[in-house]
Amino acid sequence: MKAHLLSIAAALAATAFSVSGVSAQERTVHVYNWSDYIDESILQDFTKETGIKVVYDVFDSNDILETKLLAGGSGYDVVVPTAPFLARQIQAGVFQKLDKSKIPNLSNLWPEISARLAKYDPGNEYAVNYMWGTTGIGYNVDKVKKALGDTPLDSWDVLFKPENAAKLKSCGVNILDASDETFAIGMNYVGKDPDSKETKDLEAGGKVYSDIRSSAKTFNSSSYIDDLANGDICITIGWSGDILQAKTRAEEAKNGVNIEFSIPKEGTYMWFDNLAIPADAKNVAEAHEFINYLMKPEVIAKASNYVQYANGNLASQKFIDKEVLENPAVYPTEEVTKKLFTISPYGPKEQRVLNRLWTQIKTGK
Amino acid sequence: MADTTADNPHANPARWLVVAVPYLWLLLFFVAPFLIIFKISLSDTAIAMPPYTPVFGGWAAISDFVSELDIENYLFLTEDPLYFQAYMSSLRIAAISTFLLLLIGYPMALAMARAPNSIRPILLMLVILPFWTSFLIRVYAWIGILKPDGLLTLALQTIGLMGPDEQVEIFRTDTAVFIGIVYSYLPFMVLPLYAALEKMDNTLLEAANDLGCPPWKAFWKITFPLSLPGVIAGSMICFIPITGEFVIPDLLGGADTLMIGKTLWTEFFSNRDWPLASAVAVVLLLMLVVPIAIFQNQQKKVA
Repeated sequence: MKAHLLSIAAALAATAFSVSGVSAQERTVHVYNWSDYIDESILQDFTKETGIKVVYDVFDSNDILETKLLAGGSGYDVVVPTAPFLARQIQAGVFQKLDKSKIPNLSNLWPEISARLAKYDPGNEYAVNYMWGTTGIGYNVDKVKKALGDTPLDSWDVLFKPENAAKLKSCGVNILDASDETFAIGMNYVGKDPDSKETKDLEAGGKVYSDIRSSAKTFNSSSYIDDLANGDICITIGWSGDILQAKTRAEEAKNGVNIEFSIPKEGTYMWFDNLAIPADAKNVAEAHEFINYLMKPEVIAKASNYVQYANGNLASQKFIDKEVLENPAVYPTEEVTKKLFTISPYGPKEQRVLNRLWTQIKTGK
Repeated sequence: MADTTADNPHANPARWLVVAVPYLWLLLFFVAPFLIIFKISLSDTAIAMPPYTPVFGGWAAISDFVSELDIENYLFLTEDPLYFQAYMSSLRIAAISTFLLLLIGYPMALAMARAPNSIRPILLMLVILPFWTSFLIRVYAWIGILKPDGLLTLALQTIGLMGPDEQVEIFRTDTAVFIGIVYSYLPFMVLPLYAALEKMDNTLLEAANDLGCPPWKAFWKITFPLSLPGVIAGSMICFIPITGEFVIPDLLGGADTLMIGKTLWTEFFSNRDWPLASAVAVVLLLMLVVPIAIFQNQQKKVA
């Protein structure tokens, strides 16, 4: 919410700026990315190298990004939607095709990731992968051990079995507020196709959450990083890099909180956040330059080292810190990767069913 | 009236202009946006920019355009009990908050109105002072106070009212929402009350006292009835925006705090269903405007 209001204010400021920017002949690029998702020195380096000023803004949910894009005139030149949202936005005509001749660094991409992304963006015409990761379990090692003893943490059972969740209730359970992902994970857990859009499958997937609803303290998708780092919650469904950032923050604060991330053995959701250029972008050339700069192996490696997410750039791997590259929570092993699933976008009617069930789970109404 | 021509706006163009300004304001900033929202509420969702259809295509296409509009979104609102529950829950929270605001705001306003003339401006300043800080930051500050390991717990533990292992469990409950709302809206309640109480003729109370009326009776017989316009104005200024409040319940309330503002947010952002979100907004507006209009009509009759 804070991010939301701030970004509205920033968007207004950005719009005002772009008007004055034209007359001053200053080259700018307006970037709208997820919160806590870049090493900010990259932006300064980019300005130093190209003279293009970066106006950088953040959001914390795909919903907010999509609403702005669909309303049109967002004022942004580069945005970072997640794959299923990207697919629908392409269909709605939100983006322009990339001029690949202006992004020579595309040659550094990881063909396997590009191939997976092509499911959402056929031919990879509109988007370049920025980061990818998984949605798994983040936990406070000591508190969870105290509550559950030696229960293995490599399975969704640790959270989805109501008796386990009940034991974790007192130390704080957060559930990621991203209905498309949580339902896919729920359906996969109960043995349904995670990509199913059938109401009865969605209901079965949702039941996983309603069964543990009374044990959940919060439903959020941004402040849980700090909550986990501070020890306000002890277990959460969360995005891999977010959990690892919480781990880093706790280590920096030296508050004795020890955090780990696990990819459950039943498999989980694999997502892709991608760079794309809105059709109504004003600074198209600068946007291409920005994307090309990010795709330099050493630059995107710097971003990965900072945010602790895997990127879609194969050439960057030799610049990535060993503890990031060799961490199976960031770059999963081949065996684990096989269990990761992706989902296709929801249609409007299916989306309504999904969010209605999600509201019902969250509010009990 | 000595000057009858001044009562006839047509006779005096300058006067007419002055009268027109508020109407123009209403037309531009209320009627026009309302019509846009109302039109979207009759449309259907689409995967497009903007995400609904039909989009207004110009005056020539107007008959085709109108034929594509329908009221299915309003029918949907009656089919799912969620919306009714959200409206009712919002009205309940707004009603309780307004009552609490009156309970706290009235004594404050009364004390201010009865305070010596020399310190009144300072008291007034103190009520207005919080506006100098961003509303959002003030609500965030409450998170720091109310959260389990926050300032309130610390204070209670320090003075020994709470053991070292105990924590206050207010954050992310309806109680926290009430605290946040009452805190944020208090100046809006106090100021109209103060304005009404300050104008009051104190000789009335003196007369009551001379005639043997005890102070509490004088309060209910004289002060309170005379302050009623302030009570009504303050209650309306608070009740109406609280009903549609989104930020405070989102920051301080739990996931189970159901309010229409949040329902609207979900429709608009998560479901990308602008038409249904618009229908929710139109119904909310009618729910608030119709009772107020009836009330104002009756006030006129009384006057």
